[in-house]
Amino acid sequence: MAKWHDFVEKDGRAPVWPYPIRYEQEVEVATDVLVIGGGIAGCWAAISAARTGASVAMVEKGDTIRSGAGGPGCDHWCNAPANPLSNVDPDEWAKLMTEMPYANGIGNQIQCREDWDALAEMEQIGGKIRDTRDEYLGVEGRDEVTKLMISPRYTRSASFGPDAAERRALKSNPEGNLNNVVIRVWGTTFKPALKKECKRLGVKIYDRVMVTGLLTEKGETGARVVGATGLNGRTGEFLVFKSKAAVLATAGDWSLFLLNTELAGYNTFRSRTTTGDGNAMAFRAGAALTMMERTGEMHLSTGFKHTWYGGAGDASYENVPIVDANGKLLPWPVQGWADGGAMRPSPEVMEKIMQGIRSGEYALPFYGDFPAMPEKERRATWKLMLGEESTTLNITESYEKAGFDPAKHLLQSYSIIEGETPKQWRTTGGGGPVVDWDLKTTLDGLYVAGENIFSAGDHSFAAATGRYAGRKAAAYARQAFAGKVSADQIKVEKARIYAPVKRTDGIDWKELHAGIARAMQYFCSEFKTERLLNMGLDALKEIAEVHVPRLYALDPHKLMRSVEDLSLLTHAEIIVNAALARQASSRMLNHFRIDYPQLDPPEWQHFLTLRLENGKVKADKLPLRYWGDMKAGYEAHNKDYTGVYQGK
Amino acid sequence: MTEKKIYALPNIATPSAPVIFHEEVCNGCNHCVEVCQVDVYIPNPEKGKPPVILHPDECWYCGCCVNDCPRPGAISFNWPVQQRAYWMDKATGKVLRDSQA
Repeated sequence: MAKWHDFVEKDGRAPVWPYPIRYEQEVEVATDVLVIGGGIAGCWAAISAARTGASVAMVEKGDTIRSGAGGPGCDHWCNAPANPLSNVDPDEWAKLMTEMPYANGIGNQIQCREDWDALAEMEQIGGKIRDTRDEYLGVEGRDEVTKLMISPRYTRSASFGPDAAERRALKSNPEGNLNNVVIRVWGTTFKPALKKECKRLGVKIYDRVMVTGLLTEKGETGARVVGATGLNGRTGEFLVFKSKAAVLATAGDWSLFLLNTELAGYNTFRSRTTTGDGNAMAFRAGAALTMMERTGEMHLSTGFKHTWYGGAGDASYENVPIVDANGKLLPWPVQGWADGGAMRPSPEVMEKIMQGIRSGEYALPFYGDFPAMPEKERRATWKLMLGEESTTLNITESYEKAGFDPAKHLLQSYSIIEGETPKQWRTTGGGGPVVDWDLKTTLDGLYVAGENIFSAGDHSFAAATGRYAGRKAAAYARQAFAGKVSADQIKVEKARIYAPVKRTDGIDWKELHAGIARAMQYFCSEFKTERLLNMGLDALKEIAEVHVPRLYALDPHKLMRSVEDLSLLTHAEIIVNAALARQASSRMLNHFRIDYPQLDPPEWQHFLTLRLENGKVKADKLPLRYWGDMKAGYEAHNKDYTGVYQGK
Repeated sequence: MTEKKIYALPNIATPSAPVIFHEEVCNGCNHCVEVCQVDVYIPNPEKGKPPVILHPDECWYCGCCVNDCPRPGAISFNWPVQQRAYWMDKATGKVLRDSQA
């Protein structure tokens, strides 16, 4: 009696919408700092801003208690070289991370300097970061004094590729000790603790509200950001936020190339709510974005594949040996101590495995050999790593309930037998607003945190940059006057977002989403030429002019999904424009132009930026490493940084 | 056989039931409605009853509704058929699936 049709069959009618309908009714909120997105980065931004004494409002599409990519959990606090067991210098580690082309040196430097402080504060507010109950005594990496658990990841180099086993010589680690920069954590405890701390600090939380657009001074493109508009996905209520400073902390856009929401739901590591809203609203407001041309093949699930982490070996489980169907050990890295945390075989080793499959040397399917592991390590992998990682507790618990016992059973791997991802199923690879050393965008009053930053990292990156952007936004708000929002801009935005509920027929959000995804698959995927990309722009323009005006929504939930589609559409337009503007191919950006085949020519080794100017898309260049010396840059901008929070 | 009224209904969204509610344990507290970041559920029109699974096609299988349920046994996770797991008993070599416990 829980399915929708049960009610039709019982009562002869559908259930009535359970929330009051308040379409177009306005609620006004004035605040010093507005945080857009209540995931890991958003919560940390709200906390650090509130701790400076600023008034803070945080807006979240879901419920802050578990929302965001890191809401369900997190098992690794990556790249924390300032932790007490680390054997490397944070500045040297940040530099190493930033050797990767198109990396974000500002974000990496902030993460390396401050994510240990963030973790220490996480512990202050109730997050679990140590083996305080001595459940994992004797597990490799566990420190007997601090009870911190070091992970095998990045112990020899800042890589989880096939080269992870090769030791990278570091000045700060001349003896060649393990680097000890990644800490295993009990991340399922984090999000509820963050919400509780936000509430304790008086942060005003607006759950179930999507921010639809930014408000700028006089409504002008490129002017200072003075607020934002919101839509409640349960009631349809309209919110007007007036702020002195805003922090964009929305996630990326993981469903742009995915046609089918019913398949996309199968765990892409992101829910459908991640529709690129942050980038779309920043662009529309006039901020410069970069890295928007990078897309990548989506190797996670997508419904065509088994859920990520649901099978050993399709996601590498720490220290679990991979064997073939007859129990023969494969030369497959195990993300363990022996291989420095490597996740994938090198191309040469992979070729050997494939030849072995064809010749009968290795029998499919492959399995994760949990029973072969020492009991302590097995428990740490199953209970701590998988029990605490995002969206994996349901895997271990449901498998155990169904009879799986890691001491007796080999868990099947779906690698190879499930096939390759089609190249048209892509991720939009991590573009975002251009930021300076304050994580400020090119617009006054607008800051960025977490995955919304270009070339972002993972959970600890989100925490550290959120915490950083929050205090920088609060500092700006302290010296800024409240700007004036434009009534005209609000009127135009209202007309845009409520149009679908004024129609009763046409196309629904799912059909529009699929239409946008199809255009991207055809015109902006594996094969890129000027002709194809221009056809892509035309296709998106047609969608905007012909199909968007037919969009209809039956209730506030479907209205929010419809407005998310409009974000997807803007995001798509930015990506195709960026792909057109980069007239060269690049391996690192996964950007292959048939008409410009030369890979990474020197004259194209720079960031490409895009912004709106007088209604036109303007492309520009920004040097790689535009941030200058990372250590000096960080120190010059953080003379007043006081480290781990000491207040009440 | 008692006569059941047959309604004209569209196809059911798939997968239709990412979780199964156990009515005898669930007290309709709606905590799962709150923790879900995509609003898969709405509260049941009848107080004290399990929520309605309204948007099962938007579920991303994060598991928070099950993990955070304050009444153990009120809600259980239900993998779609195409996502069911396989494993093998090391001692016997027997291949098992998660519906064969």
